[in-house]
Amino acid sequence: MKLNPKQYDQMVKKASPPSPVLKDCLWAFFVGGGICLMGEALRNFYLMWYDKELAGTLTSITLVFLSAVTTMLGWYQKLAAHAGAGTLVPITGFANSVVSPAIEFKAEGWVTGVGSKIFNIAGPVIAFGTLASWVWGLLYWAMGKF
Amino acid sequence: MAFRRGDVLVFAKPPVIAAWAAAGGKKEKQGPLAGGFDFLTEDTAFTEEDCPNWEQAESHLQQKAIDACLRKAGISHKEVELTFAGDLQAQCTASSYTMRGVQAPYAGVYGACSTMAETLALAAAFTGSGLARQVLAFTSSHFCAAERQFRTPLEYGAKRTPTAQWTATAAGACLLRGPGSTGIPVLSVTFGRVQDYAVHDINNMGAAMMPAAASTLLQYFAGTGTRPEDFDAILTGDLGQVGSDLLLQQMEREGVPLPNHQDCGCLLYDLGSGNVQAGGSGAGCSASVLCAHVLPKLLHGEWRRVLFLSTGALMSQTTFLQGESIPGIAHCVELGCEEGAK
Amino acid sequence: MNYLWAFLVGGGICVVGQLLIDYTKLSPARVLTGYVVTGVVLSAVGWYKPLAELAGAGASVPLLGFGHLLAQGVMKAVDEMGLPGIFTGGICAAAGGITASLVFALLAALLGKSKDQS
Repeated sequence: MKLNPKQYDQMVKKASPPSPVLKDCLWAFFVGGGICLMGEALRNFYLMWYDKELAGTLTSITLVFLSAVTTMLGWYQKLAAHAGAGTLVPITGFANSVVSPAIEFKAEGWVTGVGSKIFNIAGPVIAFGTLASWVWGLLYWAMGKF
Repeated sequence: MAFRRGDVLVFAKPPVIAAWAAAGGKKEKQGPLAGGFDFLTEDTAFTEEDCPNWEQAESHLQQKAIDACLRKAGISHKEVELTFAGDLQAQCTASSYTMRGVQAPYAGVYGACSTMAETLALAAAFTGSGLARQVLAFTSSHFCAAERQFRTPLEYGAKRTPTAQWTATAAGACLLRGPGSTGIPVLSVTFGRVQDYAVHDINNMGAAMMPAAASTLLQYFAGTGTRPEDFDAILTGDLGQVGSDLLLQQMEREGVPLPNHQDCGCLLYDLGSGNVQAGGSGAGCSASVLCAHVLPKLLHGEWRRVLFLSTGALMSQTTFLQGESIPGIAHCVELGCEEGAK
Repeated sequence: MNYLWAFLVGGGICVVGQLLIDYTKLSPARVLTGYVVTGVVLSAVGWYKPLAELAGAGASVPLLGFGHLLAQGVMKAVDEMGLPGIFTGGICAAAGGITASLVFALLAALLGKSKDQS
């Protein structure tokens, strides 16, 4: 065939429609911003009774709860199909990535399906986030020694 | 008997597709080919039949296609002498579980999305050579079973890229009989060669499979001395819009432009509506378009001679994660019309 | 004013994520992982705290904030108990979000069912 992989790579790039970046970004901005706005409202609500730290934790828990409910109802993924990173990056996206395999792999059993697949997507976030905090902790401790 | 022309197996006395049927789900029901389907359901989980999971739901869909096909052929399960079938599930379980209930001799086949042309070609070779009188060929795909196996849970929120293709929830079944029977004649079959042009993007399967389609078409035209103009239509399986564009470009460069090319992935859905992006895909895509659209057109004499190429991407999730490129394959089946056979 | 900043900063962080997905072909899982690690780094060099004070939930709700939480937690634990704190501080600070995700996910699995989204 009159084709080589290098040449083909160029052809494919030209033939593939690009992502509509502006539209994607507008969606991401408004939905992501909206979720954060909701978070801010919740935070201010909890601040009426609790300190900053606890209010932040309660805000996270509430958003996670809302994400779980909307995922179960099939709404979160409908919004995500448009919002992209707008629903991915907030903690609600993290929650969606934990809730969705839990629901999906029920068919494979509670322990071997739900339990083992629950961190299928979110696992790397926790693993590398924890590692990074450990490394930073070590540095911070060492810095205190000198 | 058959003879070879290069990679092409030509049947001097062609076997025929005596009966066929297509089954589909909700999105297929909203698509432009809905009228040609034998069975359509909004209940893709088959909850009304107490189906426990998506994998079994795909088997249910296959059974609907097989039942309709055998009913049209006027035969029972017992009279099927051999079955070639496959699907996208790991270890081809949808087909194997379906065959528990059919109890006919069965050879499982894996060709990813090329399975319809592959099983059809095998069935034609067996009926054409008299090794079996009635051979069943079928395949399917189910969006939900494929998504949870290859991508992410159905509930996971993600945005699809513009080159992504939608796995069809559909099945197609064909019953083939030996030469001299009534039906759509299978004039020749060409088994493809694996092609890999270093495409790595799993969201651009059409591009990964295009070289395989071009290669098989070139083998076919070289072997038979025919030209694209000799056919009413040249149908590829599921290249989608991106892969189809690339195929036209490549064939033009090879000096064999395709003026009458159509792609099953672009026919099955209204492109641009409801998350379909670059078109349909999955083994059930070309299978259902064959049975709901191509064979009826040949039966009614609207078309007299077509090439039907199913294209498959032969990677697995493991090889993808290991960073391997995506090899493609395409098998070609040449179909005629009834009068032409006699 | 706080609300406006929360909206703008939160939206902006999401736009950066979208640009990464559209232009670099990074998969969503890689973007998320990158965000958390970046959050830890930004917090460690002291850049994230001012942003969190300005934007509130706009900085804490995106996953960068998750990283910030891990980094602040580990510092607090090291201050309190020394070296062993590097093993407890991070996850401890993030425990609320993680436990809530797990518990609500299990409840959702109990009550929900995988559905065809088409």
